Amino acid sequence: MAGTAVRGRLTWQTATVDSLVDETASVRTISLSVPDWGGHQAGQHLDIRLTAEDGYRAERSYSIASAPGEPVAITVERLDDGEVSPYLTEELRVGDEIELRGPIGGYFVWDGGDRAPLLLLAGGSGVVPLRAILRHRSRIGSTVPVRLLYSARSWADVIYRSELGAEPDGVQVSHTLTRQQPPGWTGYARRVDQAMITEVAWPVAQAPLAYVCGPTNFVEAVAADLVALGYPAQRVKTERFGATG
Amino acid sequence: MEALEDGVVDGNAIGGLLVEVFGTEMTTAVGTCAGCGSTSQVAELAVYRPGLGTVVRCRSCDNVLMVFVKIRDVTCVDMMGLAQLTSA
Amino acid sequence: MSPISRGFHRRHEEAEPAGRVPPGQYVTRDFPVLSAGPTPHTPLANWTFSIEGGQSPTSWTWPEFQALPSETVTVDIHCVTRWSKLDTAWTGVSLDVLLDAVSFDDPYVLAFCDGGYTTNLPVADLRGGKAWVAYSYDGGPLPPEHGGPARLLVPHLYFWKSAKWVRGLRLRETDAPGFWEMYGYHMYGDPWREQRYAGD
Repeated sequence: MAGTAVRGRLTWQTATVDSLVDETASVRTISLSVPDWGGHQAGQHLDIRLTAEDGYRAERSYSIASAPGEPVAITVERLDDGEVSPYLTEELRVGDEIELRGPIGGYFVWDGGDRAPLLLLAGGSGVVPLRAILRHRSRIGSTVPVRLLYSARSWADVIYRSELGAEPDGVQVSHTLTRQQPPGWTGYARRVDQAMITEVAWPVAQAPLAYVCGPTNFVEAVAADLVALGYPAQRVKTERFGATG
Repeated sequence: MEALEDGVVDGNAIGGLLVEVFGTEMTTAVGTCAGCGSTSQVAELAVYRPGLGTVVRCRSCDNVLMVFVKIRDVTCVDMMGLAQLTSA
Repeated sequence: MSPISRGFHRRHEEAEPAGRVPPGQYVTRDFPVLSAGPTPHTPLANWTFSIEGGQSPTSWTWPEFQALPSETVTVDIHCVTRWSKLDTAWTGVSLDVLLDAVSFDDPYVLAFCDGGYTTNLPVADLRGGKAWVAYSYDGGPLPPEHGGPARLLVPHLYFWKSAKWVRGLRLRETDAPGFWEMYGYHMYGDPWREQRYAGD
């Protein structure tokens, strides 16, 4: 169950960039060929390591955006004053080599074993591991009902727009756009709060399982709201992103 | 050195570091705070990364549970703030 | 052997040597907030600054501290994580004023802080107009995330020695490692000799 990470090679290995897809103006999905990839679970991440010609090194962690069985992919948001994300989203080319290790993490994973209704709450690029969970659910033909609440600054910032828009069977997607909304927008238009969560969340009586991912402040607030709603703390899994790029 | 200005994250962020140090996945391991006795999975602990090292704290009492400092490729590990750490 | 990441380079180029900037540093206009723990929020009514040990340990409350002679200084600060920030303006009480108020012959201190942080320094590096307990930054009250209500300011050493949320100094006969020093950071920390780690 939870805690058993797939035993892949947990040492650094060299991968090759296979394809690059721009999800938004500042977000890119990078698909990789990883020669010794031992498989992964939805929700896990990998570590990337870059080495400059002068030997300078930088390491960052990125959630795996693809489902188990799909080519390994990460989705990276460019942070303006970042060091690694501008490189990954602007400079990196198909055919480039990149060092990585993974998969990492046994806590924030969903393998389909728990049949409880799934509540996914994403703050910005926190949607990445949740998308892997959704893709895995589709691939295994799971009928677990899902509600995704995805908070983004504007419609242009929504990652995987068309994929989420297609709303696979049994998946309900709600967006909240916190800074800017397109004309005619009828969805939520504010930061996630207790009222919004109360409307979206599965009733506690259904013993749902929640995954919350995003910036620390988002995760803390949302997790607290879920617990206030009656979700047992152990049924709320959290992953807090930092601000580094 | 690790990332600057991360603010506070959680134990998920140090999954790779923990594999380096312990040789295995540790984010689901349960830690017991030597200060207040509260227990938590490592993934849910508060993690501070001010660039000089990684400081892992108890969410209940802010006690330092673990410190990791990597200098010249040697990682110094201090776990004295944990009364117990049990692999899942 | 790690492959070289084509086209990747460090974001901040190191400053030209032989200038105001110590070796291996880059200049930033930001003021990064680096903390090993949550920001404490000690109410000023409960705040004291103490000098412990010696022959006449002493303590000041916030109003007593504010009544001490203060000065405003503009200094450069250098963080071991390689950023330097030039011309930072601080107001605070000189350690000369504070140390003159006590009688002691110990050569070292351990600075202690809200939240449990500690760092060690020679007394000699706190004397002679080289160190302050600062409560104002850039013309305003020192913000909590930068160490407010008061922090140590010792700009001639790496900035981890300028302990945030400082609450006092413990006078000591011997030099005992503080928080980061215990894990391998340099006991002294002179940025001009690039003393980042023990053994440098």
